[in-house]
Parts: sequence; C-alpha cells; structure tokens
Amino acid sequence: MAVETRVPDDDCEALTGWGRTAPTLARVYRPRSPAEVAAALRAPGARGAIARGLGRAHGDAARNAGGTVLDMTGLDRIRAVDARAGLVDCEAGVSLHRLMELLLPLGRFVPVVPATRYVTVGGAIAGDVHGGNQHTAGSFGRHVVSLELLTPDGEVRTVRPGTPLFDATTGGLGLTGVILSAVLRLPAVETSLMRVDTERARDLDDLLGRLAGGDHRYAYSTARIDLLARGAATGRAVLTRGDHAPYDALPRRHPARRAPLAFRPVRLPAPPPYVPGGLLGGASAGLFHALWHRASPRAAAGRFRPLSGFFHPLDAVPHWNRLYGPGGAVPYRFVLPYGREEVLRGIVRRIAGRRFVPPAVLQRFGPGGPGPLSFALPGWSLALDLPAGLPGLGALLDALDEEVAEAGGRVQPVGDARVRPEVLAAMYPRLDEFRALRAALDPRSVLVSDLSRRLGL
Amino acid sequence: MKDALGAPQSLLVLGGTSAIGLATARRMIARRTRTVHLAGRPSPALDASAASLRALGAEVRTVAFDALDPGSHEERLGAVFAAGDVDVVLLAFGVPGDQARDESDPVAAARVAGTNYTGAVSAGLVCAGALQAQGHGSLVVLSSTAAERARRADFIYGSSKAGLDVFAQGLGDALYGTGVHVMVVRPGFVRSRATAGRPEEPFATTPEEVAASIERGLRRRSETVWVPGALRMVTAAVRHVPRPLYRRLPV
Repeated sequence: MAVETRVPDDDCEALTGWGRTAPTLARVYRPRSPAEVAAALRAPGARGAIARGLGRAHGDAARNAGGTVLDMTGLDRIRAVDARAGLVDCEAGVSLHRLMELLLPLGRFVPVVPATRYVTVGGAIAGDVHGGNQHTAGSFGRHVVSLELLTPDGEVRTVRPGTPLFDATTGGLGLTGVILSAVLRLPAVETSLMRVDTERARDLDDLLGRLAGGDHRYAYSTARIDLLARGAATGRAVLTRGDHAPYDALPRRHPARRAPLAFRPVRLPAPPPYVPGGLLGGASAGLFHALWHRASPRAAAGRFRPLSGFFHPLDAVPHWNRLYGPGGAVPYRFVLPYGREEVLRGIVRRIAGRRFVPPAVLQRFGPGGPGPLSFALPGWSLALDLPAGLPGLGALLDALDEEVAEAGGRVQPVGDARVRPEVLAAMYPRLDEFRALRAALDPRSVLVSDLSRRLGL
Repeated sequence: MKDALGAPQSLLVLGGTSAIGLATARRMIARRTRTVHLAGRPSPALDASAASLRALGAEVRTVAFDALDPGSHEERLGAVFAAGDVDVVLLAFGVPGDQARDESDPVAAARVAGTNYTGAVSAGLVCAGALQAQGHGSLVVLSSTAAERARRADFIYGSSKAGLDVFAQGLGDALYGTGVHVMVVRPGFVRSRATAGRPEEPFATTPEEVAASIERGLRRRSETVWVPGALRMVTAAVRHVPRPLYRRLPV
C-alpha cells in the first residue's frame, strides 16, 4: 500500500460524467486499434477497465476509480458505407456528429438521435439511448445489424440481434465487453431540414392529452415542461413535434432547395472553465423559463428548422455543462407505464417550483428492447437535471424512486448517478439474468465501472 | 461507491465510540451506507456501538485500532481496505484531556498530543494512501475551533488539534486532483458524553448537527466545514484580536 502521497502520472485523470459530480481518478488509455484494446483487457490491473466515449453519460457509467478507462474515441474509422442499402459499418469511437456529417450528403441519417450528437456509436449502443422518435423507432439497439464485441476472455465476437449476448450488450453499460465496431441501419432523408409543429400546453393534463392525441402523426415528439410554473399552470409545456421535411414540401424560393442536404450546425464559444454556482438558480432561471415559454409560438405548424436546432440546440455551446456550476447536476430520467398518470402528476407537482435549468423533457414511449437492462416500456418518460446542491435533493429523489418502482416504472441506468441498488433490482426484475451472464463472460471481473460498483452489477 | 450526491455506501469510522462518528454513521445508514467499519480499542462500548448500528440494518465490523500505536495502523487499516472499497473515512478519535491536571502531568499531556495529533497523522496517511489507490473517497478529519487560536482553558488539546488541522489541510492540497477529497470539520463546543459536566460555551452544537454538516459537506465536496456555520465569521474575528486584549477575553 502506498502510504506516501504520490503525484499521479500523466495518464491519470480525475473523471466525472457530464453532470460533473463526484470525480474519481482513473488511468486513461487511448487505444488506436482493436489489438491495443485487446492488449489493455489482457492486463487490466487490480481494478479492471471500462470503455468510455465522449463522456456524455451524466453519472458514473464510464468511469473506473483506481482502474483503467479506455478512451475509445481513437477508434474512429468508418469502414464502409452503403448509401443505397442504408448501412454503415463504423468503429465504436465514431461520433453521431461525424456520422451526420458523412451521411447527410448521401441522403441518409442516423436512426436515433439522443439529446446530443456528441456521443459515440459504442456509447449509444452500451447506453441503448433513445431520442424523440422512441415511440416510432425504438432505441438505438434496434437499428444495429451486428456488432463486434471484444469480450473479457480476449475473443472478438460478431454479435447479432436475437442472441442473449446482443440483448445484454445493448443497454449493457459496456459491462459485457468492449464494443469495437457496429453495422447500423440508416433511414433515408431528402433534406436536412425538419418540418416542425409547435404548440403550447397550459398545464399537465392539457399536455398529456395533446401528446396522446397527436403523437402518432409525427416521427419525433418531445415536450419541454416548465417546472418552475406552479399552481394552476403546473406542468405547462411547449410541444415540439416534427418529421424530416421531404424535398417537395420546401417552398419554391426556400434557400434549402439548392442544397437540401447541407449540414452546418452553429458553433458558439464555450463558457469559461469556472462558472459560479447559482447562476441558473432563482430569479434568472425563472426569467429564462418564462421568456422561453412565452417566446414559443402558441401554435405554429409546418415551420422548417435545421436538424441541429431541432434535435440538439445545446450542442451549439461546447462544454455547456459548465453552466451547471461547480456543484454539478444530478440527472433524473424515468419512465412510468400508461395508466399511472396520477403518479406522474404527483412527481411533477413535487418537483415543480424547485430551481433548475434546463426544463424537463416529457415524451411518450413505445415498447422497449428485449435486453434485461432495457429502459423503455410503453409509458411516459420524463428527463430532467437538478443542481446537485439543492437542499434535500437526495431524500426527494429516493422518495421519487420508490414511487416510480411502485408504479411499475424504471429509472434509466445510463442516465443514473444515485439510485439505490435494491431499488434498481425492483425496477429491473431481470437483473439477475444480466449478472449471471456477466459472471459467465467475465469471471475475473475485468470490466468494472463506478456504476457497476455502486449498483453491484 | 459514493453517489452523485456524495452519499457513501461504505464508511470507516476511526474512533468507533465517538459520539460524532456514531451520529454520522446513523445518518449515512439512513441514506445509502450498508457497510460500516468501526475502528477503536476493543471494549464493551465499541461492541455496543456496533450493535446499535447493526440494529439500523447495516453490516458492521469492528476493527482493533489504537491511535497510540502507529506501528500497527498500516496492518490494521490495510485489512479494512483489502476487504473492499471504503467511500468515506471519518477520522473521529481524540481525547479532550484535562487541561488543569495535564499541565502538571507532562506524560498525560503528551498522551493527548499523541492521540490527537501523532496517531491521527499516522492513521490519516495510511488511509490517504489506500484511498488514492482505489481512486476515490473522502477523508473527513474532525478538527476543532480550539485549533484556530490558543485558549488558556484548553491549549494542550487545542495545540494537538491545530497540528492535525494543518496536517489535514496540507494533505487535502497534496491529494487535490487525485479523486480523493479531504474535508476538515471544525465544530464548536459539542454537547456529548465526553463534555458532560463541563461549562457550556457559546455556539455549542450537538453530534447530530455535526453529522448533518458532514453530510452536506460531502455533497458539496467542501474543504472546510464549521459547525455551526456562524463560527467561520466569529473565529475570523477572534483571530485578529490583539493578544493583550485576547488574554482578557473569557474564551
């Protein structure tokens, strides 16, 4: 045991998730090829290894205190694109941003777009992320044709849908193996614009009604709830729903007619490294919410918006998580089955009026994947980020966990930073199946993350 | 692992019968903590403390630990870390001593210093090394407001805590950026068994309040915590009082 304090060497880095809470130290290794990943897994050290992509997971899924973290962004080759069949074969470290840049000119798009395009393909599979099209397209894993998985025994397996290993790997948080590459199925698009309908809902009941009534007409649908509104306005929201605009739908003089597939996202300067906490609390947050709510049109149909503005407006600001302040933010993402709307109402009421930014995102979910850790189920999903410094936050979220579990809902493992292990087990009854598969695949416990330690996965 | 809000799953209390240590353990068990190691000299009191925490549903183990025997620290505490990750180490042992008697009994005075300072330095370094090896964790060091400025009434105790305080601050800076977090807690007069019968001072607090402040400090990753919080300003003022005047103050 090292008694003297030692200066960590250059490879060591204190890592956090996107929420910037509870950093832990790991040796970060950036492999350049599958062979280097395999070499790293052969000698993982006493505290194991885990793959990490672009660090967009909010909590501790891609950290490994005292162990090795494999920064997979070095594996960024796109091996083949078949624009006609709509298939791409790429390595795991390729980001969705890169895929969009490459595929849009070919008239193809990524199948599922989470709240940021700066996630890697490997991370999107391991987290089985979803986007605004969950109700029509499911989560990311559904669009994987096959993937290459380096299992802890050093073998590279080609894993296809329908096998237990594939089901456990999609949403498996990188704990079944290191994803090296994947073949993805890509939807066709005619333009890089979205045709968007925007509506305002005056309260939660109005919102649920509007979402349930019209969602089937749109490929993408999300609602942003202004959780600072209280009283009769509790749950007031702006619904943003849309589809990829077909070329013929563009007006005759529209500038996009000349370059329909251009992809030029806006890039703003990053906030300074230190942003004081509380900047987004209290009055400023209230003002932001009120302005944002009122600036949205009461009802607007058929407006054309660029992809980046529709899917990930926050991506325009690099390191926007610095705006959380030094305390960081805690994510809370859960889904409640249909028929338990009263629980959703109760939860929204309990958190309404506390201070936080950005607004919560509510959407309707369709069926989830077949994996034991698949998050989605048909129901209502709510996602929000809360400042970690909020007094009484831990107890509040623990109480909400109980309500969600009681109602047959779940919290999202990859978007979690604090759920109790026993509550997670209640939400995911097939957790033991996942543990058994891991015990068989990884008897030496090579793949370990802070999340797997915390939740005993 | 600690969660995003700093709530630990496992806790090591050095000074397993300390009122603040136990109050903190009870608070943590109510949140997340499942494993508690109570380190202290084997005694019925230590076993009773363990039993009281076990009744709350935690898995409690006792560790034979003597602050005055630094030679044994690495072996004893090393065994705790070898058994699994420790998310928070609470360095809570210390003896108040008896100022009036200790002034005429240098051996007893040295024992106060040996427990509160030398023993804590040794145990603190062992724990810091182990936390660094696991890449995460917090070391919470219980100092005292008595460490801020010498007081006629308890300068033997105060000097030992002052040494510990400076040691912990330096350790915190040495470990900055390593994922290990060192937090110095400076409570005022704490009403507990150890201080029973002593005249109460202003800004007195209770073990439960100290525990609540520790929990909050862990969430915020604070480096210094005062209990109650107003003491930060009060001691800042007291620190600048000229000595001829300070000597006459009833502190």
